[in-house]
Amino acid sequence: MPAVLQCPGYPEAKLRCLAESLQCREVQASTLLALMGEPQQYSYPSVFIYGHRATGKSHVVLALLTELELPHAAMSCVECFSRGLLFEQVLMALFGPEAAALLPRCASFSDFVRVYRQMCAQEPADQTRYIVLERAELLRNMEANLLPGLLRLQELVDDNVTVILLSEIVWDKFRPSTGCFEPLLLHFPDYTKAELQQILSRHSHPSYTPELYSSYINILLGVFYSVCRDLRELRHLAALNFTKFCEPLEKGEAQESDTHKLWRRVEPHLKRAMQTVYLREVSSVQWEQQQMDEKEATALRGLSAHAHVELPYYSKFLLIAAYLASYNPARTDRRFFLKHHGKIKKTNFLKKHEKTSNHLLGPKPFPLDRLLAIFYSVVDSRVAPTASIFSQISSLVTLQLLTHIGHDDQLDTPKYKCAVSLDFIFAISRTVNFDIVRYLYDFL
Amino acid sequence: MTTSSVSKGCFVFKPDLKKRKRTVDIEEYFVDADDDCSYGRERFSICRSLWEKIKTDTEILQDELNKKILDSLLEFIKKCTSSFQCRSDEWSCLMRASEIPTAALVLGVNVPDHDMTFQSLSDLLQESVTPFAVSVQAKECSGMPKSNLMQKLLERLMGVRVTEEEYEEDPSLSGVPLQQKRVSCSIGALCQWYKAVTNKHKHAMKSPGKYCSLENDVLQCPPIVVIFKDFEAFNPHVLQDFIFICSRYIQELPLLLVFGIATSPCTIQHMLPHSVSSLLCIELFQSLSCTQHLATVIDKLILTAEFPFKLSGKVLQVLVNIFLYHDFSVRNFVKGLQLALLEHFHSQPLSVLCCKKKHALLNAQKLSHQHLEMLRQLPSFMRYVEAQEPQEQVQLLTSDKYVKEVCQKLLKDIRKYHKNYYCILRCLSSLTSSLPKYPLGKHIRELHMSCLERNIWETNEYESAIQLLRLLAKDELVATLKKCADILKPCKTKKMNSVLQQLEDYIVKLEHLDSKFIWLRKTDCVTGIKNVFVFRSHLSPPELQPLHEVCYYSSSGFLRQHLNATPRTSIQTALSQPFYYLQNENLKTDAGTVSSSAPDICIVYKLHLECGRLINLYDWLEAYATVVSGAEGKDPDSEEYGKVDELKHARFIKAVSELEFLGFVKSTKQKTDHVARLTWGGC
Repeated sequence: MPAVLQCPGYPEAKLRCLAESLQCREVQASTLLALMGEPQQYSYPSVFIYGHRATGKSHVVLALLTELELPHAAMSCVECFSRGLLFEQVLMALFGPEAAALLPRCASFSDFVRVYRQMCAQEPADQTRYIVLERAELLRNMEANLLPGLLRLQELVDDNVTVILLSEIVWDKFRPSTGCFEPLLLHFPDYTKAELQQILSRHSHPSYTPELYSSYINILLGVFYSVCRDLRELRHLAALNFTKFCEPLEKGEAQESDTHKLWRRVEPHLKRAMQTVYLREVSSVQWEQQQMDEKEATALRGLSAHAHVELPYYSKFLLIAAYLASYNPARTDRRFFLKHHGKIKKTNFLKKHEKTSNHLLGPKPFPLDRLLAIFYSVVDSRVAPTASIFSQISSLVTLQLLTHIGHDDQLDTPKYKCAVSLDFIFAISRTVNFDIVRYLYDFL
Repeated sequence: MTTSSVSKGCFVFKPDLKKRKRTVDIEEYFVDADDDCSYGRERFSICRSLWEKIKTDTEILQDELNKKILDSLLEFIKKCTSSFQCRSDEWSCLMRASEIPTAALVLGVNVPDHDMTFQSLSDLLQESVTPFAVSVQAKECSGMPKSNLMQKLLERLMGVRVTEEEYEEDPSLSGVPLQQKRVSCSIGALCQWYKAVTNKHKHAMKSPGKYCSLENDVLQCPPIVVIFKDFEAFNPHVLQDFIFICSRYIQELPLLLVFGIATSPCTIQHMLPHSVSSLLCIELFQSLSCTQHLATVIDKLILTAEFPFKLSGKVLQVLVNIFLYHDFSVRNFVKGLQLALLEHFHSQPLSVLCCKKKHALLNAQKLSHQHLEMLRQLPSFMRYVEAQEPQEQVQLLTSDKYVKEVCQKLLKDIRKYHKNYYCILRCLSSLTSSLPKYPLGKHIRELHMSCLERNIWETNEYESAIQLLRLLAKDELVATLKKCADILKPCKTKKMNSVLQQLEDYIVKLEHLDSKFIWLRKTDCVTGIKNVFVFRSHLSPPELQPLHEVCYYSSSGFLRQHLNATPRTSIQTALSQPFYYLQNENLKTDAGTVSSSAPDICIVYKLHLECGRLINLYDWLEAYATVVSGAEGKDPDSEEYGKVDELKHARFIKAVSELEFLGFVKSTKQKTDHVARLTWGGC
């Protein structure tokens, strides 16, 4: 039986009901309740709640606020991508649309405070007002005064208001260099396996017994717990694969009690799900379709199976040249691309820091000149430096096969990086009969 | 223009609108002012009708090729729409995370061609699924990223509706409501709008309206389809946030995404982390490869006797090379074809004969004396004349009436030649395209190009292809020959009928051969094939046909110069040989030198070529002053000679900054009074 939430000032029945819906988060919920205090009491100005995805942060906070019918404004910072939008939404939720209309266009923080005070004077708070901001890490990218301002909003507007920030990132990454009011920190730890089991088992399929469903969840967690602890994702996966689990029961091949048999049937299926539908290689609709068709042999090709890219002939060579320029040290170009380079042994021009594989270090930027010089030496025919060659470079950039580095000034020797993998470039060079291994410093 | 102002200053003269509007009709370019009997108008109208035909044909072709992928995409969207509607309270529906249905449309790297595909996609969507289909492009959503994407979306969805319904009578008002709506640039506003619109639709449905033809369930809540035309070019963060926002509203708003992907579906995983891609339900749609597309276009537009206009081997080579080596764009290929067409009709007066048979014969009858003289000058016609009897030669050279008759006959001949040529070409291609190592090329266009260039039966490749044919098993040979018979059947010319007859007899003969003797008779077999198809007479290059100049366009250099421009070479030519562009006699010099009266930038450019990577500005200025003084005609011994005055200094600085603008030099931090060269090589 879950621990009962207790806090004076709130109706008992509602608290009991809350405790029911906030399973495995009783500790956090009661801490929060304790912080909030009685409705009319002043609460702490700002609370910062962090924890991984799907650990019940928003769920707990919003359940408390809605169930206890406290005045609140909840929004996600992804949606309110500008401060104007954020202020508007907050005022709309707390005071109604006429308050939001008072905000001038391009409202600053002081405009917001002014309107808030104005509204507040009209309707003074008899209960603590709450402003809940999800994905609060995005506040850091907005104006510098926004986050510190929100943290001490209570003081600024002189009202009984509490700002609750929710994020997946720890507070240390938020703290502005100029310092600010420190919020109370509250951590939501990951659910343990047992907790996940408990929560997931609650929503059992109506046509089957809860025990069967619970054993199914057990099998599912056995497969997926090592890779995924996201509650939402696990529930999704459970729903997708449950019909497969029940198939032997439907066909009369097994009883509900034959857990081992059921496990043997469903486990390989779940493993396959982990490699396909979990990674979104195959969409959930396709996955269900496949289950229905029972054509397991003709497995669907995932997204990454279609890695092949067709490119025009010179684009291929440009990409090869870019790859060489990115992964070979510039000093070695003479060795690879000059006909009479003399004998240079690898050990002779090997510097200490270059002993590690360039492929481990990742691509290095190179100037356009070098790219073209290598291009002209690897391409087998004489190519005029036409406009299409240059436009191919920029289309490679838009296709994200090359990346443009640094400033946008195209005149001043632009620099690029090659953004394709070794396998990709192998495949490309095979199609043009170019033995790229002979030109790569790492494979010498 | 004058002003009545006494003070010094800048005055802006806005161009006179009336003056500017007077544009030259395209037709006028075809008509010579002093020569009105050159049939310019006729040529222009033939050219235009041919282009119209090419355009509609390619559009039809494109639609046919895209039909499959677009149909399956539409199917997918309809399926998703109906699943939005019957969102039941079933257990599995409640448990499943609600994902945004997403179609990943892999279209290949030929980005210029995608526009047409997206256009037909959104047309189809508007027609049969939803009025709310929006396409966005990455370049529209740059700058303040997130808000721009959302703003574009809202504007296109809501703005268009506003102009359509309420402000129909006054289009100038359409800007106003957009401005008002800008304030609530959030998806919440979109939700409200959507609810209002669908409610209105429901009411409209009760009364007989224009939407009644649509299916009921689609009508009730049509999905909002957002098409990302160039997925790769979008900022990943913008996309991630957008998808995240959409997923929060998916219960209220039936959203559907379409990603137009140019490379491979892997980019989705590169751009979106698992936390975001898990919000999507992605289905893959792969389009035909562009090389297949090109093959069909060539097959329908070039390898057909239907079009009187033809490309020579070299021209076709240029166009195909641009396609294969540079852009993979079928649209650009067709544009190149258009340029060739225009240029042919513009530059060749006799192209008036390059049209449909009846029309061409009529035009031949009307040819003026001047044109007939031109006709007589054609190399192919001269060769033809030389091959005739002396008496006939005289007549051909003197009698206009006779030439007209002969011309008509030759035009008929060349038509027949084309008809036979393409049939036999297809036969040869189907015989050889499956041979190991493709001695005559894999695609029919390669075979076509080599046939245009030379006598195919004299080449080594042809020999080896015939050798390989010998090694074919009897069944295979018979099968390919039957395919040839199918190709020949629609050809209606007399010659082709006889070839078909012979071929059929030959197939019967082959089938009756005892397999034991087949090895002995293989040689006969293949000579038999040669005899049946008479490649020698049908596949001769068009250059041997009299009057081929009328319908073949052959200046590949012009096309290459215009389609595959070399800006850098042009700039260098302009700088090193100013005469080339300015055509001023004073600038004419020997190769490698620049006249001292050349424009400043040319002199500066020439001087900078002699320097290394870093250029001392002062030395450069001195050298410049010396050269310019030479142009002023000063006495080399006087003190003034080579002296830097204010004017020269200013001119020099201007020229250097022009060079900097062109990307030849830039300032460097290594030495303050130096500039760095950005090009290498010198004189």
